[in-house]
Amino acid sequence: MDNNKIYMDRGSATPIDPRVLEFAHPFLKTAGNPSALHRQGLEARSAIEEARAKVADLINAEKPASIIFTSGATESNNIAIRGTAMRNIGRGKHVMGSAIEHMSVLNPLKDLTKSGFTMDLVPVDKAGMVDLAKLEELISQETVVLSIMHANNEIGTIQPIKEISKIVHEKGMYLHVDATASAGKVPIDVQDMNIDLLTLSSNDLGGPQGAGALYIKTGTRIQTVMPGGGQERGLRSGSENIFAIAGMGEAARLAKEELPVESERLKRIRDDLIRQILKNEKTFLTGHPEKRLPHHASFRFSFIEGESILLMMDFQGVQISTGSACSSKTLEASHVLLATGLTHEQAHGSMVLTLGHENKPEDVKIVAEATKKTIDRLRMLSPITQEGEEYPEEEHHH
Amino acid sequence: MTDIGYTEKVMDHFMNPRNVGVIEDPDGYGKVGNPTCGDVMEIFINIADNKITEIKFRTFGCGSAIATSSMITEMAIGKTLEEAMEITRNDVAESLDGLPPKKMHCSNLAADALQEAVKDYWKKQGKVVEDDGESPEMSCGGGGCDSCVK
Repeated sequence: MDNNKIYMDRGSATPIDPRVLEFAHPFLKTAGNPSALHRQGLEARSAIEEARAKVADLINAEKPASIIFTSGATESNNIAIRGTAMRNIGRGKHVMGSAIEHMSVLNPLKDLTKSGFTMDLVPVDKAGMVDLAKLEELISQETVVLSIMHANNEIGTIQPIKEISKIVHEKGMYLHVDATASAGKVPIDVQDMNIDLLTLSSNDLGGPQGAGALYIKTGTRIQTVMPGGGQERGLRSGSENIFAIAGMGEAARLAKEELPVESERLKRIRDDLIRQILKNEKTFLTGHPEKRLPHHASFRFSFIEGESILLMMDFQGVQISTGSACSSKTLEASHVLLATGLTHEQAHGSMVLTLGHENKPEDVKIVAEATKKTIDRLRMLSPITQEGEEYPEEEHHH
Repeated sequence: MTDIGYTEKVMDHFMNPRNVGVIEDPDGYGKVGNPTCGDVMEIFINIADNKITEIKFRTFGCGSAIATSSMITEMAIGKTLEEAMEITRNDVAESLDGLPPKKMHCSNLAADALQEAVKDYWKKQGKVVEDDGESPEMSCGGGGCDSCVK
């Protein structure tokens, strides 16, 4: 990474930890197939099993065999949702998520409606917390699975998984938790939290891209969604990506070891960052003020647009992310911000900062100054000076 | 022209926008876009001898919205009103060495804003301005901003 640049966009892509790269690098050279019985094959097999134990340890899984490796969080989410829905079709044909899930949860849920399932999304409040009363109300005898993210990548809000788990299990259905954004940032104990299925991403832990994992509690009824050679208990066929899996294991080990100290360190920098940035006028924190990921700060600024914010921050050497429609693939405003009750206009002006190892306390001053400059310049350019005044609600065509 | 990313010219106009601001009591004023869609731009013009002698803009929007606004102020200055009316969205994009495809419709409203400003002037002069049926984009550019790339 460029030394003059400050990278605060780990939520989008996390640079691979140099220690992870060093650990996993030899597996790029060995081409052993873990299913083969010769020495090369056995070495590959043992690398995968070692990684499985490390990942299991990160989330306190009951045994390493409860973990299967996938190509990433998207695949894990698909297997968890489709696999449990299709396997338990005898129970009913109703699936659930929350309104702020990642697309790799929302789209599989939506896709199931083509196979005769019905779907409900639980609303969230202004801080992005799932409405537990509404959750309970929406569950029926037919409901098979609820998929909920542990923490949200755009607004950082952490859901009360233990309470949700209690509600869900009283109704006898499955709980799938997408922990892509939270793993390695806050402690996860799948046994204590009573989680049936849990998604992990290698890259978000500082591991290589191209690997993910799915925890499946013993006894969970799930079926394969991609038949093939039968690797990973038949749930994820295809020859294993040994480099990425070995790297993910090492990243999980380091995350577990360093989490208590590192998350406190990042939280202090993050809190300072929030304090400084909120000094700007018409600037608001998005997500929950306390129940949020320790490395995560997210804001919205009135009268300006997110892609411009991103470009102007980048020009000043600070790399951030935005939920703005203009910078997205689809040009749609962030469904997460809209679900928290923001208007399209408000959702356009968002900025997300996600911190990591390379960030230092002295970064705060630089980022806060760059933010102030960005806001001032873009507001000087903007014809909008009062929110919603010139364009009353009824003129919004959405 | 790449699918992603902006040309150097776009970035130059974004970082150093020309003719930013407001003209008090302008001869012509045009405003297009909608904050819901993420783009609003307004253009102010002063006219002498049927030519644009002064032009200012303000824009809320993404990088290309700001760059196209800045670009069109440079293209329009000194032009006759008839010439200004001939400037198209494509002309603006070409002058910037191109825009990413998905930005061509949503964030390229500067030509529309200039035409609105000219029409405003003509109307004030008592000239009958034919309405081409294309009202300024108050409703997210034909089918809504969310439909631009679909």
